[in-house]
Amino acid sequence: MSIWEYANPKKFIATTTPLVPWVMGISISCLVVGLVWGFFFTPDDFRQGSTVKIIYLHVPAALMAINAWFMMLIASLIWLVRRHHVSALAARAAAPIGMVMTVIALITGAIWGQPMWGTWWAWDPRLTSFLILFLFYLGYMALWEAIEDSDTAADLTSVLCLVGSVFAVLSRYAVQFWNQGLHQGTSVPVATGERSVSDVFFVPLLVCMVGFGLLFLALVLMRTATEVRARRIKALEARMR
Amino acid sequence: MTLNVSDLTVVRGGVPVLADLSFSVAEGQALVLRGPNGIGKTTLLRTLAGLQPALKGSVDYAEDTGAYASHADGIKGQLSVKENLAFWAEIYGNSADESVYEAFDLVDLKDRIAGTLSSGQKRRLGLARLGVVGRKVLFLDEPTVSLDGFSVKLFARWLSEDHLAKGGIAVIATHIDLGIEAPELELAPFKAAPDAASSDEAFL
Amino acid sequence: MIALLKRDLVLAVRAGGGFGLGLSFFLIVIVLVPFGVGPEAEILTRIAPGIVWVAALLAALLSLDRIFALDFEDGSLPLLATSPLPMEGVTLIKGIAHWITTGLPLTLVAPVLGFLLHLEPSAFGWLLASLALGTPALSMIGTFGAALTVGVRRGGLLMSLLVLPLYVPTLIFGAEAVARGAAGLDGLTPLLMVAVITLASFALLPFAASAALKINLR
Repeated sequence: MSIWEYANPKKFIATTTPLVPWVMGISISCLVVGLVWGFFFTPDDFRQGSTVKIIYLHVPAALMAINAWFMMLIASLIWLVRRHHVSALAARAAAPIGMVMTVIALITGAIWGQPMWGTWWAWDPRLTSFLILFLFYLGYMALWEAIEDSDTAADLTSVLCLVGSVFAVLSRYAVQFWNQGLHQGTSVPVATGERSVSDVFFVPLLVCMVGFGLLFLALVLMRTATEVRARRIKALEARMR
Repeated sequence: MTLNVSDLTVVRGGVPVLADLSFSVAEGQALVLRGPNGIGKTTLLRTLAGLQPALKGSVDYAEDTGAYASHADGIKGQLSVKENLAFWAEIYGNSADESVYEAFDLVDLKDRIAGTLSSGQKRRLGLARLGVVGRKVLFLDEPTVSLDGFSVKLFARWLSEDHLAKGGIAVIATHIDLGIEAPELELAPFKAAPDAASSDEAFL
Repeated sequence: MIALLKRDLVLAVRAGGGFGLGLSFFLIVIVLVPFGVGPEAEILTRIAPGIVWVAALLAALLSLDRIFALDFEDGSLPLLATSPLPMEGVTLIKGIAHWITTGLPLTLVAPVLGFLLHLEPSAFGWLLASLALGTPALSMIGTFGAALTVGVRRGGLLMSLLVLPLYVPTLIFGAEAVARGAAGLDGLTPLLMVAVITLASFALLPFAASAALKINLR
């Protein structure tokens, strides 16, 4: 019994299909609880007022925008090393979701930034990095679309994802070097264990982050299953020729 | 030295086209591949030359002895005939011998810019490339396309006298009779069954 | 490998559009800028470092699809792939050839164009140095992009979409070095970052580009 068994397309679909409604259900519950709690049952921030409540959308979306790319990187590596089709298709499935997360983070950031900084957009390092991440998602998806042969497309996008990851990290530091920025520090620093957000805000935020994470998982599973079925149709068509 | 192919299955776009192909070609011999269009001659030659991986089976010949000639000649129209050949010779660590120009009737064209050659002349230049690479095992895909009868004879003479007679090996896909003594391999019986294992198999 | 470099350079000279086209494009972009932002010297002085770098980047981008497309069309690429040259060597040489035909001439004329844009006198050295160190990275990153899209018909636009985000760090550090020079500061830190990107690109990207080419030739 090995985890790679689930890399078999049929086994993957058979295993994940019954899981999806559960994951989706828990995710929606988390989101409803987290958002309602966050919006209606937390006090206003003493400096930022009620605008701070957009944090419950902004932070989880930003988190998933980065994690989606990270997941694509791992899936690409698995495809290149172990040649499991499902892995490549999961990377493909995650890209549009990650892109939408990036857009949500950018838009909610703009809406938050307007009252706080007095501008919808600033060339702040974090904002700029997200814009660049958005471009990386666009390029990655365009390459998938442009290449007809599925295995060739999987190989090339994986190579692009690898090289792109290195340049994405490099861009992050380059952008920081280039402009110091307005953006506040990270809300949830992992390394120091200290939080810049007080518990009243943090607990509903955590619930929202779990909700976004599970939402991402459910969507990736659904989209991967779709991609697997599309490949199956293609394989059957090729056989009939 | 021989070329050994055993149990080879070649794929085009993930779908097997030829399956369980086995043959061997001895030193000084040529093998002519026959079969209708689309049977997979080009795919087979590309696999033999190492451009694409085989689904299964093995291809054995001494390392760094193979050379491949495709439909396209790989000729640069902006370079002269001489420069084109000198380039490929240098890539393979050789020098372009005078005899090659004679063998392919290119002596008078030597300083012409390749872009001004007729398609038959270009093809001769493309084949002359095989004369300068100094490789023992040649994989030739339709070498005689757009050649006139005289040039075909010229090529056949070079192949048998300058290549095979010196211990070379050639695998040739062609529809015409080259006029050289060579066994033929009909590919139609090796056509992959429609339900053969493919790289998409996991999805079925 | 020298033979391949020689051939590519001869082709660039004979086919035209090798040396000349990128250079003319660079010139035209620089000339167009004052029409867009106005002729005031102060504004031009301020934006000159960035404009020269962005124009150089676009000029380099313009000729990228020629790197492999021509060899792909006439069938040279599979022949090169089956030749004794390692594919990594081919991609490295292609990157170098692209730099010699675009990056190097761009670097050499950039000071003249800096003059047109009223670049601060103190920045000319930094401009020359940052372009000399940075344009090779543009060529090598571009070679990788070209290798990814060689099998795609009319892949030029797609390639721009893939390559331009990869150009971000080089552009930021390159332009920053010139901007610091123009402000009378020391631009050595960004300049060294540019050098690092170039060296790392030449050390690693030939492998990625060669992998992409082999996949595309399958």
